[in-house]
Amino acid sequence: MRLHAVLISIVLIGIFLVLAGLAWTWRPAIEPISSGAKQVADAKTIRQGAELATIGNCSDCHTTKSGASYAGGLALDASPYGTIYSSNITPDPETGIGKWSEEAFRRAMHEGVDREGRHLYPAFPYDHFTHATDQDLHALYAFLMSQQAVRSTVPSNDLKFPFNIRLLVAGWKILFLSRGSLEPDSSQSPEWNRGRYLVEGLGHCSSCHTPRNLFGAEKKYSAYAGAVVDGWYGPSLNSSIFASHKWSADQLAEYLSTGWHKMHGAAAGPMSDVAKNLSRASRENVDAMAIYIASLSNDSKAPTAPAQDKPVVNATSEVVAIYTGACAKCHNDRNDVGPSKALPLSLSTAVHQADSANAVRAILYGIEAYRGSGGPYMPAFDGILTDSQIASVAEYVRARYSGGPQWTDINKEITKARQKGGQP
Amino acid sequence: MTISLKVNGKSHEVNDDPSTPLLYVLRNNLGLHGPKFGCGLGQCGACMVHVNGRATFSCIFPIAAVAGREVTTTEGLMENGKPNKLQQAFIDEEAAQCGYCISGMVMRAQALLNTKPKPTEEEIRSHMSSNLCRCGTHAAILRAIRRVAVA
Repeated sequence: MRLHAVLISIVLIGIFLVLAGLAWTWRPAIEPISSGAKQVADAKTIRQGAELATIGNCSDCHTTKSGASYAGGLALDASPYGTIYSSNITPDPETGIGKWSEEAFRRAMHEGVDREGRHLYPAFPYDHFTHATDQDLHALYAFLMSQQAVRSTVPSNDLKFPFNIRLLVAGWKILFLSRGSLEPDSSQSPEWNRGRYLVEGLGHCSSCHTPRNLFGAEKKYSAYAGAVVDGWYGPSLNSSIFASHKWSADQLAEYLSTGWHKMHGAAAGPMSDVAKNLSRASRENVDAMAIYIASLSNDSKAPTAPAQDKPVVNATSEVVAIYTGACAKCHNDRNDVGPSKALPLSLSTAVHQADSANAVRAILYGIEAYRGSGGPYMPAFDGILTDSQIASVAEYVRARYSGGPQWTDINKEITKARQKGGQP
Repeated sequence: MTISLKVNGKSHEVNDDPSTPLLYVLRNNLGLHGPKFGCGLGQCGACMVHVNGRATFSCIFPIAAVAGREVTTTEGLMENGKPNKLQQAFIDEEAAQCGYCISGMVMRAQALLNTKPKPTEEEIRSHMSSNLCRCGTHAAILRAIRRVAVA
């Protein structure tokens, strides 16, 4: 009899917990809006929304290389969990967000829940977007709803078990999502606070510059310590450890809005899209972001580190010839960056960083992002120099222009870059 | 330093600094004036040749890196002393205005057609984007490539 009672209690408690869990994680669908009900926003609001979409880099993930803007379908490599396809955020009612009310859009941005009430995977960085103000989301919604509706069904996610269970995302949110707005810091300037709001919120810079834990969440205690994205190293923003010069806010602003700074180099890899977006954002907002980012770096590295150019004792005559004939035409040491905007390599962050990831990718795939805008340019050497020539050039450049230890990962990075297709 | 080069099927011994760009050797030592010096920075494509079948900026390709590989210039595309199909298409479409970029354009396009005889319009445009024409004859150049691509 007593055993029975215990069993029944256990079952009841179990049922209760399941129900409580479901109630806790369940989100209702939000009523669809009909196309006739769409509000028409004024041009000023739409312009503000466009600026915010630019700062938020929305199109980078929600547009494929040859697809229509915001129509989604880009495969995001969410290893080790699988592949996630970005959603269509054009106002198409069937395949996009045309049936979404502003309330549904706001909930998605703040809580990571779609209109139908499904939990969204945090590949969509609502851990940052949650900081966006209702007013900004109003403008962003107005902008997206003003875009051309594109009927395009995106492929289904390809996630491994158990990550394909969406309910798990609810647990993820309990652990890692801090909802709500950021309290302004009154000890800082309004520009700094504005920058922080944009960088931590819609800009979601730390998505790429902060390492992630086992659950794919940003490690709060290593904020901006640098991370690997699509094989590229997103340098630490909390120290200038790999920069030849400490970054100033002015330098950052120029780099972010043009993709290049003469003391640091070019924004390449995934960062080139960010720079291209920010080149269209208002200078006021970019300046504010730069002020905040510059303040993250609290080291006191000398503003002018002596340029390295050491004789490389064991260099072969072949590598010296290749460096001279293929690299030094642009990367000269005369402080003359030329039309390719090629820095003396003693200034390049890619050459100074601990691993060869960015240097190898720059050599293999070049820097093509700014060809149409007169920005930095580097030709691709993949298949032109052999892999062993590329490896020896990388090793030579490292030895000649950085004070750091020899890279031991060059061949591994070349292989990895090939597997990933290299270019974002 | 003596370096052996194989250009358009013929072997040559070249005595020059190993960092010398392939372009200079082709033009000055071997008298092949198809490839042109444009920017010298791998930006414009006027110097483009094939190295092992791959379209390569010869102005930033030091001869030290050539060893054991085959180089082809626009002269090497000729068939029995006559322009090949692609070169003829450039002539037929009157793709050259000043003509300075054309050798590079032909080499770039030929490299694509060799690996992909029927490229799409998008593939042609994306492949050709590395080569610049300051006269602006791109439309005629694209027509010439399309002529061969669909033939």
